Amino acid sequence: MLGAVLLGFLFSLFLVFAGSYFRGKLAVLSSLIPLSLFVYFLTFIPEISSGEVIYESYEWIPSFGVNLSFTLDGLALLFALMITGVGSLVFLYTSAYLKDHKYLDRFYGYLSLFMAAMLGLVLSDNLMSLFIFWELTSISSFYLIGFNNDKADSRKSALVALGITGIGGLLLLGGAVLLGDVVGTYRISEMLSMRDAITDSSNYLLILLLIFGAAFTKSAQFPFHFWLPGAMKAPTPVSTYLHSATMVKAGVYLLFRMTPVLNGGDIWHTVLIVVGAITMIYSAVHIIFRTDLKGILAYSTISALGILVFLIGIGTQAALIAAAVFIVVHALYKASLFLITGIIDHETGTRDVTQLAGLRKVLLPVAIAGFIAALISGGVPPTLGFVGKDLIYESTLHFKNNAVLLTIIAISTNVLLFYAGFVAGVKPFMGKLPKKFEKLHLPSPLMWVPPLIMTIAGLVFGLFPSLIETTFAKPIAMTQAIAFEDFHLKLWHGFNTILGLSAITLVLGVVLYFTLKPSHALENKIAKLDFIAPEVLLLKLSEGFAVFSKYWTNFFQTGYLRHYISIVVAFLILLLGYLIFSDFSLETDFSTLADLTIYEISILLMLLMGVLYTVFTKSRLAAVAALGVVGLSFSLLFLFYSAPDLAMTQFSVDTLTVILFVLVLYKLPKYLNFSNKWLRMKHGVLSVSFGVLITLLILRVLKEPKNTEISEFYAENAYKLAHGKNVVNVILVDFRGIDTMIEISVLIVAALGVFGLLKLRLKTRDKK
Amino acid sequence: MEIILAIITGVLYASGIYMILRRSMVKLILGIILLGNGVNLLIFLLGRITKGQPPIIDSTEKALEGIYADPIPQALILTAIVISFGLQAFAIILVKRAYKVLKTDDLDQLNTTDEDS
Repeated sequence: MLGAVLLGFLFSLFLVFAGSYFRGKLAVLSSLIPLSLFVYFLTFIPEISSGEVIYESYEWIPSFGVNLSFTLDGLALLFALMITGVGSLVFLYTSAYLKDHKYLDRFYGYLSLFMAAMLGLVLSDNLMSLFIFWELTSISSFYLIGFNNDKADSRKSALVALGITGIGGLLLLGGAVLLGDVVGTYRISEMLSMRDAITDSSNYLLILLLIFGAAFTKSAQFPFHFWLPGAMKAPTPVSTYLHSATMVKAGVYLLFRMTPVLNGGDIWHTVLIVVGAITMIYSAVHIIFRTDLKGILAYSTISALGILVFLIGIGTQAALIAAAVFIVVHALYKASLFLITGIIDHETGTRDVTQLAGLRKVLLPVAIAGFIAALISGGVPPTLGFVGKDLIYESTLHFKNNAVLLTIIAISTNVLLFYAGFVAGVKPFMGKLPKKFEKLHLPSPLMWVPPLIMTIAGLVFGLFPSLIETTFAKPIAMTQAIAFEDFHLKLWHGFNTILGLSAITLVLGVVLYFTLKPSHALENKIAKLDFIAPEVLLLKLSEGFAVFSKYWTNFFQTGYLRHYISIVVAFLILLLGYLIFSDFSLETDFSTLADLTIYEISILLMLLMGVLYTVFTKSRLAAVAALGVVGLSFSLLFLFYSAPDLAMTQFSVDTLTVILFVLVLYKLPKYLNFSNKWLRMKHGVLSVSFGVLITLLILRVLKEPKNTEISEFYAENAYKLAHGKNVVNVILVDFRGIDTMIEISVLIVAALGVFGLLKLRLKTRDKK
Repeated sequence: MEIILAIITGVLYASGIYMILRRSMVKLILGIILLGNGVNLLIFLLGRITKGQPPIIDSTEKALEGIYADPIPQALILTAIVISFGLQAFAIILVKRAYKVLKTDDLDQLNTTDEDS
């Protein structure tokens, strides 16, 4: 399985080097990649349908528990087949849709990158690798949405999508880490047996929120749904592949996968049902107000995703099966409708449904595919859509709470989805063909065969639902449902309530289709409400954040050295002050301290005066001289306290510094008084409090016993090992000899710098 | 004695920081030197002070014994003094050079890379 996941990555890498060969006629060959993967995954069907689960694991970062573990069960197989199956058709379609496009190879690169990431996502058994693949899908989707990167709105949509799904990725990471913390493993298959520990843990609610956040952003649930219609700026194959069939279902997949792990009662059910229901009805209503074919399909996709979340929220075995079947149904009809829209757009140059009519006369096979897709979407028997819709009603009707309300919501959504399917799949082909479209001709079969294949598959699965039942539905129910009961998918259930509901849905859908005509007037009406749309609100929020961060940055990043230092010092004062005052006593044992003698006091007074004079004098030369006094006092101090080497060094260095200062600086102008009194006061307070803190810190440290282990080692071994009697010297030139050598090279660099600066002649500027 | 030295260290830190916060580049260098001295004294103090017992092995002995000043802070400070000399020398020359080219000693006028400002 690792190879299957890697194949897409390798292929996109290969395209980097060999891309130019894949721009022309060879482009169609790239569909061999998803096709071979599709066949590969088909071979697993017998094992999976017999109830087996296949594991594979490769060590990656075992110390963190992050491994490339893959698992193939019913759910993973369903998604894998969908990804590779729809992928193959989309790859084929693209070769004709973007024929001779300048960057066709690039497009295939992104597509196969995405496909590989998506496969990795659904096969991952490790939450961490799942997260990484999750992010990879977001990133590759960013490139695909922004593929027409010369258009501003395309770039903007790509950014919005990346922003929203990126936030979701972060939430997922948070959830994964917390979850891993609770159970001590990142392997999902190991979490299955620890459901009680998870639901009882104090972090359960937080984990749930994070995982929900991730799933809702990825699967475009209200109020994060708006990135999806925006993402329709992408070329149609992308909309087909990412934004209807696969990527947006990643969130649904996550919820599905987590059902046996996290499903712990009312919160799970309530949140998912409420969010799913709001999303499905909200976006279904939006469909009425759209005239752009892709807009209609985008909103009906969001609505379908809402249904899936809703079904997972219901969480009974029937609902989970309904969700699994509906995933297939939706992938089949929505991908076909998108491809058909792409053909219409490609041939007529418009996607405005009010202008399209009568296209069946010129695009007959496309019209057939559109008609079947509309039937599947509307849930008309004998298509798979009908089976799917029945299962949905069955699960809402048998839910323990509010069954009637849920059923009504499901029916209304389905009616609107019926409408959407017919507007997108049938309406452009009916009626009188406008004159301007009469010269159209059928495009390459590469474009119209894929939707036809998918719709026919929808018909076949509808007639023989057992195909779905044994391959996916049963294995999924066995692994994901809490308690498994045997069941059979059937097209015909006999006369019962559910059939009645289905009939009502169909009748209402037909009525709606014939009474309601999409128009620009309706579209304009809804546009007036845009100011309260989540999209606008969230965009305003992000603008506000940008303004805030600008102020924030300008506050801290002023470009003045003293501001930076003030901030650093002030922060240190706060931190040190807190630490010292939370644990401080001024008791000092005076007996351990050294005695005071008169010459020490006089040196210290000299030092103090030197320091103060340096600070307060108005003359630069005087300041430098006072600094010299400070330095010499220091060397006397070192002399008294048993550090002759330091005294000598300090003496020579300070003398040199003063000489250098005087030599160089006597030419400079007098001090200018730049600062006002208020600023001096402020800086004075800041620095004095810092000094006080340092003093307190030293007093505190002096109370602690000293560790003399290292000093003792040197005292013991200076002569024995290094044959030197001055221990300080021995440390510097022997024990730490290499340090000293590096220090000398630092000095050489400084000396070179000094030399360079002295000799530097800025010729251009001198001429000015 | 330690208490007075601790206070002196505080004074050195305070005056060093205060000088660094001035706008004049010369004062900046003076501030860095003062702060450097403060740091040296801090390290020296933390190694505890000992009078009249330098860490030098007696000519008849083979190891330091009895009471002796801690050699490690001294080695550290020695390094620090020498390195800070390198820094100071470079900074002083840099200020001189900057003044020669830009005709200013004011740090606030140096916070842009544009030539004409």
